[in-house]
Amino acid sequence: MKKRNTLSAKKRRKLVSTCIAVVVALFFAAIFITPIVLTITNSFMAQSEINANYGAVFAKNEKGGKVFISEIVNLKFIPDMVSFTQYLTVLFKSPDYLFKFWNSVILVVPIVVFQLAVAMFASYGFMRAKGKLKEIVFFLYVILMLMPYQVTLVPNYLVSTWLNIVDTRWAIWLPGVASPFAVYLLTKFMRRIPSSYIEAAQIDGAGEWQIFRRICAPLCKGCLCSVAILVFIDYWNMVEQPLILLSDAELHPLSVFLSQINSGETGLAFAVATIYMIPSILIFLYGEDYLVEGIMYQGGIKG
Amino acid sequence: MKKDRKKNIFKKRAGRQRIGALAFLSPSLIGVFLFFVLPFFVVIYYSMIDNPITANFVWFENFGKVFNNGAFKIASGNTLKFSVIAMPLSVILGLLLAILLDRDMPLRSQFRTCFLTPMMVPVASVVLIFQVMFHYNGALNRFMANFGVDKIDWLKSEYAQVVIIILFLWKNLGYNMILFLSALESIPRDILEVATLDSANPFQIFFKIKIRYLTSTILFVTIFSLINSFKVFREIYLLTGDYPNELYMLQHFMNNTFKSLDYQKLSSAAIIMSLVMVVIIGALFMIENHFGKDVEE
Repeated sequence: MKKRNTLSAKKRRKLVSTCIAVVVALFFAAIFITPIVLTITNSFMAQSEINANYGAVFAKNEKGGKVFISEIVNLKFIPDMVSFTQYLTVLFKSPDYLFKFWNSVILVVPIVVFQLAVAMFASYGFMRAKGKLKEIVFFLYVILMLMPYQVTLVPNYLVSTWLNIVDTRWAIWLPGVASPFAVYLLTKFMRRIPSSYIEAAQIDGAGEWQIFRRICAPLCKGCLCSVAILVFIDYWNMVEQPLILLSDAELHPLSVFLSQINSGETGLAFAVATIYMIPSILIFLYGEDYLVEGIMYQGGIKG
Repeated sequence: MKKDRKKNIFKKRAGRQRIGALAFLSPSLIGVFLFFVLPFFVVIYYSMIDNPITANFVWFENFGKVFNNGAFKIASGNTLKFSVIAMPLSVILGLLLAILLDRDMPLRSQFRTCFLTPMMVPVASVVLIFQVMFHYNGALNRFMANFGVDKIDWLKSEYAQVVIIILFLWKNLGYNMILFLSALESIPRDILEVATLDSANPFQIFFKIKIRYLTSTILFVTIFSLINSFKVFREIYLLTGDYPNELYMLQHFMNNTFKSLDYQKLSSAAIIMSLVMVVIIGALFMIENHFGKDVEE
């Protein structure tokens, strides 16, 4: 009798602690996703509603506007009237935003594809190479990977002036493709491939290319997805490189342009911000597990 | 004779493997050499001459100038201040979130998704909402007014530091949480069970057992957060622009020096920053070598 009592007390305590944990987690989860949800819901507000709600924040540069501007901000989750006008404007009437979106795509996609391709080869090379020199070179890659942009941008800028590619997309593409980040992660993964696989292939007479093509590349598929996601987020979010390497604002990606949208178009800005989020959110929903795995490779816990 | 031939084959194979490895490495090596290594030597050269035209060697004079530069002093002070506050917060809060989720609970994977989402969302997309919240006439001040707190100009006073820390944590906590969570999950279950049977309470289990398995991860996350905190320019630029009063960071210094194209100042500052980074990264490696192994094996 007494034993049953203590057991249920233990169970009850566990239940209480789980409840508390859920409540705390709910609180944090709400904080984490509120900015995202607000951006999305506010993109369905008409400009007049945005002005009425947020005029006090954004209207300071607007001179002589006739819109009614309220003194205080009214943070709203759900618009009074759902309107798609912002999206219609962005998508059909003002090609500027779509053009900048296209800039982002054209800057990011080639970097992701080619950085991964170069990194696949390089990581195989790092796995196969032997000796002290290899270790030193790999360490150099790690240092480069961890450097903040403000350090690596100085050399990048110098080379771009030599090659005469400043203010062209090549100035972003080429350093992006050469970036050591993907090499680092893929090498860490490749090193975990059991050497017996490779030895077996060698005994069967496979050359380096065949080992790479038939054994290592197929094993890397999952890891490749993880790295692709991490590289994509980094470049989709880029601000520093275009600011310095592309003085021509026409070529700027949406990530830079969004901060320069003028105050009269804040309604549009919310819609553009939402559109800009869509690719990364889709990738996230599809590849969350890959992302988590990628983080773990990076953290050195796996590999 | 036969043995000799065998040796030869091995040698040949090793040689072929080396050439193969080099061939695979070459595209990346060429890229890294051309875009990072070679120009970096030029950066070192630029940092030691007086100007690119006469090119007299002045050795370390430029570095002295940078150190005495007012903007550089302010910028490095602000960066240091930010890092010192942001780094421990992101480690501790990340660990707390991981502990929170390290149990059987409903909606666990949904919570993980929520905490990770900010990492995926481009900062540029949520800057608008942050402005709405933290503006002088913004939502937060309005909310605080209910409690009789005076309006604070969050983005244009010393409180701007707070806003950026919040944005930094919002963006990076999920990442740290994932690392801690996987470290917690890798702790052998039987040890924890034995401890529970010996009626250890959760605090004892955490501080006496789990923390030992977490040491290497904590150190890694600490240094990684430090490195990430140097990259916070993006958030500050998007939120406040080129010349924020209270948030003038090293990266602003670099960006604005880029505009004036003062190669000497730029190169010296880049070298100072990279030396600091090399020291930090070296520490990271020593830590990994020192602690990383005795937990895994």
